[in-house]
Amino acid sequence: MTDLALAVERLSVEIPTRRGVVRAVRDVSFGVSPGEAVALVGESGSGKTMTCRAIMRLLHPPARITGGAIWFQGRDLVMLAEPDLEQIRGSGIAMVFQDPMSALNPVLTIERQVAEALPPPAGPRAERRRRVVGLLRQVGLPDAEQRARAYPHQLSGGQRQRVMLAIVLARRPTVLLADEPTTALDVTIQAQILADLGRLQQQLSMALVLVTHDLGVVRRTVHRVAVMYAGQVVELAPTRELFAHPRHPYTLGLLDSVPSVDCTVPLMPILGTPPDPVGIGAGCAFAPRCPLASAECLRGEIPLAAVAPGRWSRCIKAERVGSDRGAAPAAQRS
Amino acid sequence: MPHPLLSVRNLVKYFPLPRSPVDVVRRRAQERVHAVDGVSFDLDRGQTLGLVGESGCGKSTLGRCLLRLYRPDAGEMWFEGVDLAQLDDRGLQPYRKRMQVVLQDPYSSLDPRQTVGSALLEVLTVHAIGAPHERHERIVGLLAQVGLRPADARKYPGEFSGGQRQRIGIARALAVGPELLVADEPVSALDVSIQAQILDLLLGLRRSLGLTMIFISHDLRVVRYLSDHVAVMYLGKIVEHAPAADLFAHPRHPYTLALLSAIPEVGEDPQATVEIRGEPTSAVRLPTGCRFHPRCPWKVDRCLHEAPELRVLSSGHRVACHEAGA
Repeated sequence: MTDLALAVERLSVEIPTRRGVVRAVRDVSFGVSPGEAVALVGESGSGKTMTCRAIMRLLHPPARITGGAIWFQGRDLVMLAEPDLEQIRGSGIAMVFQDPMSALNPVLTIERQVAEALPPPAGPRAERRRRVVGLLRQVGLPDAEQRARAYPHQLSGGQRQRVMLAIVLARRPTVLLADEPTTALDVTIQAQILADLGRLQQQLSMALVLVTHDLGVVRRTVHRVAVMYAGQVVELAPTRELFAHPRHPYTLGLLDSVPSVDCTVPLMPILGTPPDPVGIGAGCAFAPRCPLASAECLRGEIPLAAVAPGRWSRCIKAERVGSDRGAAPAAQRS
Repeated sequence: MPHPLLSVRNLVKYFPLPRSPVDVVRRRAQERVHAVDGVSFDLDRGQTLGLVGESGCGKSTLGRCLLRLYRPDAGEMWFEGVDLAQLDDRGLQPYRKRMQVVLQDPYSSLDPRQTVGSALLEVLTVHAIGAPHERHERIVGLLAQVGLRPADARKYPGEFSGGQRQRIGIARALAVGPELLVADEPVSALDVSIQAQILDLLLGLRRSLGLTMIFISHDLRVVRYLSDHVAVMYLGKIVEHAPAADLFAHPRHPYTLALLSAIPEVGEDPQATVEIRGEPTSAVRLPTGCRFHPRCPWKVDRCLHEAPELRVLSSGHRVACHEAGA
């Protein structure tokens, strides 16, 4: 595992609440190589954001890591103390959030905020300005020179997200965690930012972890996908293969729930709702909603098992997923 | 059916921006947001019109004008031979229960301290629907219609998940037996597996009740699933309006093409089409000529000073673009 930029191993996060312990992240493992983009996909409450915050060691108490390891440059972040973590946050692992307005300081100019993030030595003022404008250009902000003098409220949502990217990239992080970076944006802006994010990630050979609820966003942006449900990774596969032949019933259900503009195949929604996060029992968490479920699915913990080279599924019936439907769902839609 | 249920002509809604004393002293012209700027369309009974566009294009304002939650500044809205744009509050009263709305966030439109049953009862009482002793049965029927259980009537909104709350919002809209339902981003706040459940519910209700629907969404995938016709809006104007199948198979306006190419599809990759850069211009200081020209890959000189009108390209397919071919 030495070539991985970041490796998460059997990570668990728990949140004690008045009603009981919420096991927000359960036994999550995945890795991402330099220059690779991996997506964490799931619905609200599936634990994808918690996983990211745990990697940054930015969990809000009482949420805490209860097991597992996070390997970064030969060190386990779970074991590190705050001063060491501060060295890693930003320059080693950086994170962008869904809402850039709440991450930017409303009373400082864009230039000030990007300059703050520049690695020392900052150099004379003109030099600093040149570097800031260069960064803003790199992330595709139009009229970078004028916009540098603007305040956050004078920019649109898409432009603010680009500024956030510039701030984050100033430190040249090895790993970038992007938590729903385009969810609040319009679709044409989303497409531009995703394309630019992919380009930058390749150019700088960063490792990217993209958190999203939208499988469509994933399709054109990342190399591999980890699908999360009720705090667990239920399927991990290269993007193309995941869409062509999902090997977990939840992934299949998600794909069948997204309407397509190409044709009008009837949707096949997943019935029911996700489980109560308090007191998830033994066995498969998806079983109550699963068309393939049987008694054996509820007997004991189901491991994330290899189903093909480079593919993992947390389903004992992975072989049967989609088999009753003939063709793969993606092919049906075309 | 000889007449459409709803016929909209040149509808206009502006929102004036606040003026500071300095603006008044300097005699600066009143600035305004051109939210809806001359929209016309017909909608037949039992049909669903999808309104799509990005934030700020005026689709929600148009929806609110149609429900007369806003008073339009100009234009006509004919509903069964009556121009709703001209009516005052008293005149509108009989039409209120014939037109209902489903909003994006049902939680903010439900009273957290009122049980679902009593919220529905209030609607029935206000509109004097059914005899008082029948109302309980009617509420149970409404809940069943949207896939909830009779026992849910005794619960409070906070006890439901987002999807279930949207079902309550739909039940409340249906309680008065509307003919026209305006659904403004009804599934945008929901997770995808729940979203599909609500879309199927709306589809079923439309069929069983013969509802006429205006479905507002920023998500073309969702609109495609539910609509018979689709109108694409950009900065207050309809730029393309066509039967849904036709619009998605043969989009003619460069903005529609760009929207379609930007959709994150889970199916096969779409054919490379149009990519646009930049962001929509402000709806306060509109560009001259065609509003889309600053972002348009097809623009020619004519687009800079002459605004294109909606013209019919083929049966039922209207587009507002000088360069769009048939």
